[in-house]
Amino acid sequence: MDDLKQSTERVIITVLGKDRVGIVSGISTVLAKNGANILDLTSTKMGDLFIMIMLVDLIGSKLGPSDLHKKLVSEGKRLRVQVTVQHENIFEYMHRV
Amino acid sequence: MDSIRKEDIIETINMLSEQRLNIRTVTLGISLLDCVTNDIDTTIELVETKLLRGAGNFVNTCKTMEKKYGVPIINKRITVTPISFLLEPLVARLGSKRATDGAIKLANSLDKCASEVGVDLIGGYSALVQKGITNGAQALIESLPEALSSTVHVCSSVAVADSKSGINVNAIINIGKVIKRLSEVTDKGFGNAKLVTLSNPPIDNPFMAGGFHGIGEEEMTINVGISGPGVIKSVVHKSRGVDMMTLAENIKKAAFKITRVGELIGRETSKSMNVKFGAVDLSLAPSPNPNESVAEIIEEMGIGSTGMHGSTAALALLTDAIKKGGVMGASSVGGLSGAFIPMSEDLGMMQAITKGSITLDKLEAMTAVCSTGIDMVAIPGDTTSDEISAIILDEMAIGVYTNKSTGVRVLPIPGQKAGEKVDFGGLFGRSQIIPVKKFAVSEFVQRGGRIPPPITSLRN
Repeated sequence: MDDLKQSTERVIITVLGKDRVGIVSGISTVLAKNGANILDLTSTKMGDLFIMIMLVDLIGSKLGPSDLHKKLVSEGKRLRVQVTVQHENIFEYMHRV
Repeated sequence: MDSIRKEDIIETINMLSEQRLNIRTVTLGISLLDCVTNDIDTTIELVETKLLRGAGNFVNTCKTMEKKYGVPIINKRITVTPISFLLEPLVARLGSKRATDGAIKLANSLDKCASEVGVDLIGGYSALVQKGITNGAQALIESLPEALSSTVHVCSSVAVADSKSGINVNAIINIGKVIKRLSEVTDKGFGNAKLVTLSNPPIDNPFMAGGFHGIGEEEMTINVGISGPGVIKSVVHKSRGVDMMTLAENIKKAAFKITRVGELIGRETSKSMNVKFGAVDLSLAPSPNPNESVAEIIEEMGIGSTGMHGSTAALALLTDAIKKGGVMGASSVGGLSGAFIPMSEDLGMMQAITKGSITLDKLEAMTAVCSTGIDMVAIPGDTTSDEISAIILDEMAIGVYTNKSTGVRVLPIPGQKAGEKVDFGGLFGRSQIIPVKKFAVSEFVQRGGRIPPPITSLRN
């Protein structure tokens, strides 16, 4: 079991909610304004549900993960979608030996 | 997205939201062996300094982990060295009565420290008396009714049996009396929720009330207790109609993922606090909330109501699959590591009493294949101390003769009869009072002494 990646501050942002105009733009605007770099982005639909997953690097960001989280959750409320921000390691850990 | 697949991310999010996956407890173990003195006030001063310094930043560290990984950590707890060790020199110097008073003072100091550092519970107000009772252990046992009724966060365990020493019946007679007394001096007899009698206790148990920082442990450690009955229930639901082996395989795969979350949180917390990472306890910890019940998993397997014939086999399959899946996911496995079926704390178990599918006898049988034993069971207020001791004796026999941990946490509810209801609040849940059979047991219990260890303990 390798030690956790500490050199990077990469988070996975997931956005879940009913599909509507402006979700991608709303979330990515918050990220751009705060200097968080989107490394990868994918989206999918499950029935009515829109799911967007972003891999984001916070190294150059003006805000820490916690403050960015607050801003994104508040933007999520405006867009009526659920936003979660989690360090990428949890996904690596759960799905890889 | 590098090596992380989209499907895996969605699965994780689903586990954390819909299936209520969480870390049930992160527990910081702290040795108090360096606080042993023959003066109670000096001991208390040393204990407080050590706890406040060692655990000062603990709750905040856990909160940071919750935010960073998006995983709720339901309880933050401390375990300490069994307090009876701290009492030994006091009895020698002060005599047993004043040492017992000192013990109560120490319990209150632990309680104050727990409040101050913000943990939910502090475990280790404990004694190990598997083979015999030392003076310090006796003082601790005598202090229990007052120590547990005058504190909020303090949890106690008394180890009265193990597979190498047998069963200390004298200690069990004492504990029967303590349980009766506690039920009289605390509201709804709730004090007994903070006292468990154990066989073969692990030294790194993160769960309460049985957790203590055992002899042979590091100065300080982090132990993690996982949860996740909702995740397993969902897997079992999707496995409808498959044969037993396939069902076990499916549970194993999910157990691996649940355990990995515990491993990650444990490693990161210990690294951040510069404390050794102890172990992940692979127990499935239930709660009184829907979708967090072990009994519901048994029912999802195809048993109409938990306690019906087939429940023991279902629980055995479940417990074993969780361990097999979990052991690959953790660098070190410890604690109780088996499914919990606490009567008042598991929604499905509560319903099973109401429906009449589970009895005290069937519960006892099921505890032969899981870890907690007869846990959080409300019994009639008129149950005698000898009857309580007999319940404990049976459960200890299961532990000793099957080489596993078991415990008894029963709550005689004063003035209430079988069939009536009691609500303890929060995670302690609510329960219908279960009947206890009324035939003579005193002549057997009062023989006292020690039941010798089984022949299977001679392994060298």
